[in-house]
Amino acid sequence: MPGITREEVAHLGRLARLELSGDELDHFAGQLDDIIGSVARVSEVAGEDVPPTSHPLPLTNVMRPDTVRPSLTPQQALSGAPAQEQQRFKVPQILGED
Amino acid sequence: MTVTDLLSYEDALASYDPVMGLEVHVELGTRTKMFCGCSTELGAEPNSQTCPTCLGLPGSLPVVNAIGVESAIKIGLALNCEIAQWCRFARKNYFYPDMPKNFQTSQYDEPIAFNGYLDVQLEDGEVFRVQIERAHMEEDTGKSTHVGGATGRIHGASHSLLDYNRAGIPLIEIVTKPIEGAGVRAPEVAKAYVAELRELIKALGVSEARMEMGQMRCDVNLSLRPPGREKFGTRSETKNVNSLRSVERAARFEIQRHAAVLSSGGTIVQETRHFHEEDGSTTSGRIKEEAEDYRYFPEPDLVPVAPAREWVEELRAGLPELPRLRRKRLQEDWGIADHEMQSVLNAGALDLILATMAEGADAASARKWWMGELARHANETGTELAAVPITPAQVARVSALVAAGDLNDKLARQVIEGVLAGEGEPDQVVDARGLKVVSDDSALGAAVDDAIAANAAIANKIRGGNLAAAGALIGAVMKATRGQADAKRVRELVLERLGVQG
Repeated sequence: MPGITREEVAHLGRLARLELSGDELDHFAGQLDDIIGSVARVSEVAGEDVPPTSHPLPLTNVMRPDTVRPSLTPQQALSGAPAQEQQRFKVPQILGED
Repeated sequence: MTVTDLLSYEDALASYDPVMGLEVHVELGTRTKMFCGCSTELGAEPNSQTCPTCLGLPGSLPVVNAIGVESAIKIGLALNCEIAQWCRFARKNYFYPDMPKNFQTSQYDEPIAFNGYLDVQLEDGEVFRVQIERAHMEEDTGKSTHVGGATGRIHGASHSLLDYNRAGIPLIEIVTKPIEGAGVRAPEVAKAYVAELRELIKALGVSEARMEMGQMRCDVNLSLRPPGREKFGTRSETKNVNSLRSVERAARFEIQRHAAVLSSGGTIVQETRHFHEEDGSTTSGRIKEEAEDYRYFPEPDLVPVAPAREWVEELRAGLPELPRLRRKRLQEDWGIADHEMQSVLNAGALDLILATMAEGADAASARKWWMGELARHANETGTELAAVPITPAQVARVSALVAAGDLNDKLARQVIEGVLAGEGEPDQVVDARGLKVVSDDSALGAAVDDAIAANAAIANKIRGGNLAAAGALIGAVMKATRGQADAKRVRELVLERLGVQG
């Protein structure tokens, strides 16, 4: 059963903004294929009666009252920012020239 | 800027059938954000309402706001939707700095509400049913300021600045099913739908839904197809159309633009478009070459939401009267015609009239003042009726003074004029301008005698039994007293003096 193709890895790399060389694509495609294959084996033992799960704990409806809690100060919030200006996070150009 | 070719609206509709899809985002009026306890108060200084959760810092854990979920269910119920027994949040992954997490927490294939409808009434009274696909919970993004380009646009900017106070504020996205069969009325249906949705959201008390503040934003998706064809044409997606008028204009513009492209043998490209308030046009934004790949997956940091049926039924039972039904009831209570009710709605006078009634005025006089004198003032000054500088309590006071016989309509108009001019409360204006109705016989008697003496011929007609002629003498007295006389008492005095039975 095919797990993941080299093209799919290249596509995921683009979506994740990772620059992957040809060698890396071959390398990761093989590795990811192994991982997906291993995980897929779980499906072989899970019957129709076992629903897919996205959370390890059998919890639902964990909610919070709509009560304000103290925020960070702007200085604290910005303390990890590589660059800032006018008390805002400064980010590089979003769109290119065209 | 290139000029966009447009076909006339009539020609466009003669050749094509429009199909619309409307996506509306509503910012909830909760005190805190959707997944953390940061305040949602407007106007705070930049980045003063953030925390590790809404900044997406490692190790932080979101917990959903109970009022956010409750509001979503209320909206779903008011839109006649089914409410999910069990649903999850999903991460919508994308690279854009308006979300510091690099994903937006949203819902994907398990919306909390789905399969509903909203009946909307068009201006001529026709009711159109808009089918609702889904309403789901998500969060707003941060606010970007683009620096270095022309007029703050992202194009040509050298860099951007981010304020994350808005990031994480609860949003409900409401998506219609394709709206078919509206034909020539499609733009009007779009506007009426957004207007009705806004009324509904306000009635539910889950948001103030002020479009000018960005609390409610609309995307207009539109495509054309030849009449009779089932398959939809390629659509354009006009983003952030943020007033009722703009929704109508954007739909109309896109119909004309699509028709021009199609009728000249061209093809519509699937793209997002930007709407321009100044001239009602749209321009090309991002072209969608391939389906966007957001790599949605279930949010592992939040547990599923499974609203208990008892809770859902409790919320359903507590829903307020829906706006369309409330309007219908009020119209019947007031005994007014469809077009009169429509004028009240168009003028934005409904809530003002009700507030005036709550202050003690009767429906007819509350409606008379808001739709007459005050609507005229709003028109002349180019303001919204609600912004006219008089309160419902003040209008109610004027109305009470008229009902008690202290003012007649003419004087009441002068009192309102005084209030609008900032001369104080109605009673102060009455005192300062000396606007009391004169019904005191000694004061009126002299004026009546003068009028009789000056109009002997008319007086004789009245003595001869022509009571209709009394109007001329009453008019003369009103004129002499500068409108301050009690007309009813003047008439009694005139007839009494001339020895005629009224």
